[in-house]
Amino acid sequence: MSRPKLGVFKFASCDGCQLTLLDAEDELLAVAEAIHIANFPEASREVVDGPYQLSLVEGSITTPHDLERIKEIRRESEFLVTIGACATAGGIQALRNWADVEEYTREVYAHPEYISTLDRSTPVKNHVEVDFELRGCPISKYQLLETVNAFLNGRRPNIPTFSVCVQCKRKGNVCVMVAHGTPCLGPITQAGCYALCPSYNRGCYGCFGPMESPNAEALGDWMLAHGVERRDLVNALRGFNGYAEPFRKASDAYAG
Amino acid sequence: MPDDTRVLDVDYLARVEGEGNMKVRIRDGKAEIVEFGIFEPPRFYEAFLRGRRFSDAPDITARICGICPVAYQMSSVNAMERIFGIPVEGPLRELRRLLYCGEWIESHVLHAAMLHLPDFLGYESAIHMAADHRETVELALRLKKIGNDLMVLLGGREIHPINVRVGGWYKVPTKRELEAKLDDLEWAREASLQFLDLLAGVPMPQIEQSFEYVSLSHPDEYPLADGRIVSNRGIDIDVAEFNDVFEEIHVERSNALQSRVRERGPYHVGPLARYNLNFEKLTPGAQRAAYDAGLREECFNPFQSILVRTVETLYAVEEAIRIIDAYEQPAEPVVPYDVTAGEGHGASEAPRGLLYHRYLLDDGGYILDAQIAPPTAQNQLTIEDDLRAVLERNIDLPDDELQWRLEQSIRNYDPCISCATHFLRLEIDRG
Repeated sequence: MSRPKLGVFKFASCDGCQLTLLDAEDELLAVAEAIHIANFPEASREVVDGPYQLSLVEGSITTPHDLERIKEIRRESEFLVTIGACATAGGIQALRNWADVEEYTREVYAHPEYISTLDRSTPVKNHVEVDFELRGCPISKYQLLETVNAFLNGRRPNIPTFSVCVQCKRKGNVCVMVAHGTPCLGPITQAGCYALCPSYNRGCYGCFGPMESPNAEALGDWMLAHGVERRDLVNALRGFNGYAEPFRKASDAYAG
Repeated sequence: MPDDTRVLDVDYLARVEGEGNMKVRIRDGKAEIVEFGIFEPPRFYEAFLRGRRFSDAPDITARICGICPVAYQMSSVNAMERIFGIPVEGPLRELRRLLYCGEWIESHVLHAAMLHLPDFLGYESAIHMAADHRETVELALRLKKIGNDLMVLLGGREIHPINVRVGGWYKVPTKRELEAKLDDLEWAREASLQFLDLLAGVPMPQIEQSFEYVSLSHPDEYPLADGRIVSNRGIDIDVAEFNDVFEEIHVERSNALQSRVRERGPYHVGPLARYNLNFEKLTPGAQRAAYDAGLREECFNPFQSILVRTVETLYAVEEAIRIIDAYEQPAEPVVPYDVTAGEGHGASEAPRGLLYHRYLLDDGGYILDAQIAPPTAQNQLTIEDDLRAVLERNIDLPDDELQWRLEQSIRNYDPCISCATHFLRLEIDRG
């Protein structure tokens, strides 16, 4: 029986989420035996043509060329899974969505006319059908292995959609917000990191994006009542997942 | 198109971080065009950092690169700490070097063993290579993981660590937590030597280049997290003078700005630069291993960067052991400071070379202006010069072999294109 083919594709991003596959040091060779890593330019010169049973897509859509490329990848893919905050929510580069991109280009480049870019950085789902979105900035190694395993075995990935607080409580952490007044996005952010930041005595900054049905306004009001400046609250919501709808709406409301 | 013209066109370079290309045109047996381009989409970091608070800089700039986030965190906190006038010293600084050792081990072994070695042995990837060299790949994976484990312990996770802050750390480890890594690090010392021994037996293309080598330099240490900027052609400056000596230019084929020494030209940053300018600061063990691998105190062959990277891996392992042995847990994880307005410069040695940051803050600590000069952007012009030299020596190779050799030459620099873009496709055109 021939092994299913895997493709790994990159758009505007830092490469960290696809690196997560190479960071699975204990599992990588076993994964490569179970599936055919057919198109993964960061790791291999070899490019085996599609179709691919599973395509992992990293990065957000920011150029006219990439807009065409994602459509080709969708046509070549049985399952398309986005990996990380850029592909799922537009990434930190979606901060341009609140700004004037022409002005940005002038600020960074001496010759703005050489630069081809779209006005907005958008998630993959805005352009093609996505079968599953894996959250995180970066994604979790274990959630990645679970997701690959699930799709290759014809089941849904078992990825929790509850908040960071659930994992934080299970870990036995003292709440940084209640005990120390440290602003924390944990109550509205999806779990996946095992409450990493609170475990290091700092507030969550939202790497895994909005949890299912978050109440961002309740948290935002609490923060304002506890001395967080409105500008800092807006900045906190406009982070690596700032363009995800619940965070976007809340930050727009507070920005006024 | 006449018969005496050849075109090599690689429109998506593999085994590098990010999206780049190479275009070569050969007319009448001579290189006419040699271009290394970067089509990684621009992400405009320097623009959207404006209006963010100083404390966001280490977390946001880390996202420029998933392979060297620690470098971005270090250069940014160095710049902010200069503005606030708070030197971070003693164990807090030693822990930063230790975190950086983890990133060097992880990134160097990833590149040397997984991305670069397959070129020397003729495989498409490390996974292809594993079919014939399983023990080597397994050794490299375990070594790489030991680097990652240090990052997990100190930074919370391998990619985009969360524990670094302006003034120090959110939480410092106990001595016992660090000592638990010593057995792995002792194994890593032997594994680095074994890997270097293997590499020393691999045939290397011979070419000597005379670049201007630029790196940080510190009176007592091999450079990692701070220092002065020096070169083999007389540069010896404080980090704050970076823009007086270097300039960034923008060319059409690249979404990354290219750097050069003002009124002089291209320069090279990275392992060869650090090694050539700081050999005497390596541990005796790393120096001995370099000699045993056939290197001298200076190395001018970019293909041998794979050896130097592995010598630096050994250095990072030995430095990590030294830091852990000497560590005494500090009472506080962070140095207190007052937020003030001002301009600050910071630099550190990313695995692939010097990384410079500059920030201007208002009196509330919000960023008014930001500048980031990543290593691969600084290396772009040198990479093109080097490609031209390699091309001229190998011009009689058939196209597919020539293309592979040129790709390998680019990989000598461990280019990180995601970083450089603010930055690559190969085209070879023989006419």
